[in-house]
Amino acid sequence: MNLARVVGRVVSTHKDSGLAGSTLLMIQPIGPDLTARGRILVATDAAGAGAGEIVIYIRGREAAFASLPGFVPTDAGIVGVVDEISSRGARS
Amino acid sequence: MYLARVVGTVVATRKDDRLEGCKLLVVQPLDERGRPGGPCAVAVDTVSAGPHEVVLVVTGSSARMTSRTKDSPCDAAIVGIVDTVAIDGAAPWGPATESGSTPGRSGPDGRSAR
Repeated sequence: MNLARVVGRVVSTHKDSGLAGSTLLMIQPIGPDLTARGRILVATDAAGAGAGEIVIYIRGREAAFASLPGFVPTDAGIVGVVDEISSRGARS
Repeated sequence: MYLARVVGTVVATRKDDRLEGCKLLVVQPLDERGRPGGPCAVAVDTVSAGPHEVVLVVTGSSARMTSRTKDSPCDAAIVGIVDTVAIDGAAPWGPATESGSTPGRSGPDGRSAR
């Protein structure tokens, strides 16, 4: 699992039936110091995240498990909204 | 998943049996502003995407989780056609934001029902 910040959203009317009803968000992976790390990606949202929030996301096929028993073709999924991060004694 | 633009098609007569009937497209990854970047990939099209359309591509074993690609030997699948992308603090972009175009009618072949 990794940290990311929600930076936008994607609207797609015509998509695979497995993705019907899924919220698609653009997320920027970040480190524990909240700085950006790597490329922005598109993730399905299983946690009800909102704009600007820091979230936990998973990559790979496991991302689909957050939507069980649905059969969702996703390789990145938001599974939690972060309340607080404590890293090297610093809190953010 | 990542955003990409359809930039070509692939024709392969001899292929794995489970790929029979699958449309193979060449996709160019896009960044959050719609700028191309990174190497192109070949993806199985599950949503009847057309040339130049902006699409959602899912990779890895998740690409096999559509009804079209179940148990197929594929690691990239087009699972959605993008209407708009909204990044915080920037104007939305995508086919649905362009003048004279509406979601579902962006295909150059005149497809209208989605």
